[in-house]
Amino acid sequence: MGDTDKLRASVEAWRAGVDKSLAKHPERKASFETGSDAPVERLYTPLDLEGEGYAEAIGLPGEFPYTRGVQATMYRGRLWTMRQYAGFGTAEESNERYKYLLAQGQTGLSIAFDLPTQIGYDSDHPLSAGEVGKVGVAVDSLVDMEVLFAGIPLDKVSTSMTINAPAAVLLAMYVAVAEKQGVSPSALEGTIQNDILKEYIARGTYIFPPAPSMRLITDVFAYCARSVPNWNTISISGYHIREAGSTASQEVAFTLADGIAYVDAAVKAGLDVDDFAPRLSFFFNAHNDLFEEAAKFRAARRMWAHIMRERFGAVNPKSWMLRFHTQTAGSTLTAQQPDNNVVRVTLQALAAALGGTQSLHTNSRDEALALPTEASVRIALRTQQIIAYESGVAETPDPLAGSYYVESLTDRVEKEALAYLARIDELGGAVRAIEEGYVQREIQDAAYAYQKKIESGERVVVGLNKFQVPEGRPTGLLKVDPSVGERQAAALRALRLRRDGARVAAALRGVDAAARGDANMMPPILEAVRAYATLGEICDAMRAVFGEYRPGSTF
Amino acid sequence: MDRKIRVLVAKPGLDGHDRGAKVVARAMRDAGMEVIYTGLRQTPEQIVQAAVQEDVDVLAMSILSGAHNHLFPRVMELLADKGASDVLVVGGGVIPEDDIPFLESKGIAAVFGPGTPTSATIEFIKANVKRR
Repeated sequence: MGDTDKLRASVEAWRAGVDKSLAKHPERKASFETGSDAPVERLYTPLDLEGEGYAEAIGLPGEFPYTRGVQATMYRGRLWTMRQYAGFGTAEESNERYKYLLAQGQTGLSIAFDLPTQIGYDSDHPLSAGEVGKVGVAVDSLVDMEVLFAGIPLDKVSTSMTINAPAAVLLAMYVAVAEKQGVSPSALEGTIQNDILKEYIARGTYIFPPAPSMRLITDVFAYCARSVPNWNTISISGYHIREAGSTASQEVAFTLADGIAYVDAAVKAGLDVDDFAPRLSFFFNAHNDLFEEAAKFRAARRMWAHIMRERFGAVNPKSWMLRFHTQTAGSTLTAQQPDNNVVRVTLQALAAALGGTQSLHTNSRDEALALPTEASVRIALRTQQIIAYESGVAETPDPLAGSYYVESLTDRVEKEALAYLARIDELGGAVRAIEEGYVQREIQDAAYAYQKKIESGERVVVGLNKFQVPEGRPTGLLKVDPSVGERQAAALRALRLRRDGARVAAALRGVDAAARGDANMMPPILEAVRAYATLGEICDAMRAVFGEYRPGSTF
Repeated sequence: MDRKIRVLVAKPGLDGHDRGAKVVARAMRDAGMEVIYTGLRQTPEQIVQAAVQEDVDVLAMSILSGAHNHLFPRVMELLADKGASDVLVVGGGVIPEDDIPFLESKGIAAVFGPGTPTSATIEFIKANVKRR
């Protein structure tokens, strides 16, 4: 009898024994599931990984297929970047928060823009009323960006900007601020989210229809390859897909499907895959199920490596590497007993570290109630620091590798996500699948199933549907000054009087002409930004040519 | 026999978070209501127009961006202008408790915060709907 046969025999004997004892010692539930409702077996052994070659499927850290991480030494070399998403009110207020976070040991900035900025409206646009400065900082022109980064040398910090439909404009503003600081664009490090497909799927801050949106994105790829070589030109995001209610496998599948669509578009636009692919980055969610989430990150890395090498023929190893940012799952935070959220965030952040993330945002305990206070943000940052410096998980790459359970989960996420990718290919790719509402429907079904399980009590949420206590009204929440809209509007009026109107008009004509042709949009946008054309004016020039996206509204 | 309760689920403002709105819409439909969903980025004018056109009994608005104090009262004013103040209006989303008395004073019948079971919202609507 070989070793495998011996093991099989003993596992069978073990199962028979357990089955007998179940009558007397039943399990807590008839069946066990992961956070994404996948079945969890009673036992995992080497038999679950049979036929899987270690070298091909798992390999070594820093080597294809990168299941164990994109760097050879992972956090022994450098810890993940601790990057808290922040921004509210005016540029002055947000600038203060950034300086506070850097003083607390944060190692990168992550800029939250308000909704008018994200949708390309100036603060004095009628649709901006009530929204200015609420979920992020209001940026109307280069003036605001200059204030936002005042006293923060852009060659010394890496900056992530959550901006999508008007990403090219905000990137141009960042480059223009750097120029004013005397910093060369080639010295800039950071990331622009620039991921329109997940806006159509799940996040909602779209402006233009898919075709011109994809063109703007590939224009950013091409521009950065030449001029801002250390910039991550996109952050292909599963985070919001998961927040909208998807499962872990759907998160991986729909994110990688979007990634495939971007690579396809760039290759069709004439770019060489190895010229832009090394600067593609990703953004995932860290949800509650510790092992499934860690496995999800490992599966995503392995899948992307194969996709880039085999589907797109990339030869530069950097093109094969899936580098990603992680944020803990905002939708899991409860408004009830909010201090419990610190513990949820800790477990989710642990999953991200075990999964080999390159950077991490930890949510604050009060975010189901309002924007976080400074004190809450500090605990969230300290959570990361405790994991990094005290828990020991950063001391060796991919410490969960070889766990029968985690490797099985990794295989399962990959298998389910590959099935979705095949389905999306049949539908004609991610853009078509989104336009047909397929991706959205899959997510909505999962979200509804999740909610029903919470309401039936099948899924326990501590403090919400079990272990409740009577609670008073929460106190000490952050409030955004409601006058921010008026202050931004006044500043805009002053800017429009003071700037060189003829230069602005000429620059906007340049944006219009580029939009009608097929030259790269970045140079004319950069000129418009330097002339202090507003974000709304630049986006209006593009709206006039590109039109606006009109989604369906199913539920 | 009573006709089914007609509900307009609406997303006012620029906020793109509609997981909650869609889940609630679906739960209401499963509870036997007729539900219309506006989709994202609706102005108060568009919402009130849809409510009147569709002759709904209930308007359920969801907002997570913090613009509720501006947008909800505007919807109430416009409903009154159209003589539709008998529509039961409820709200949901990330709305601080401190803001709820103000919203109620403007005519919002109830505000359902994070973690509210859909069954609670549905029960409230059944108990409080005025039209039909």
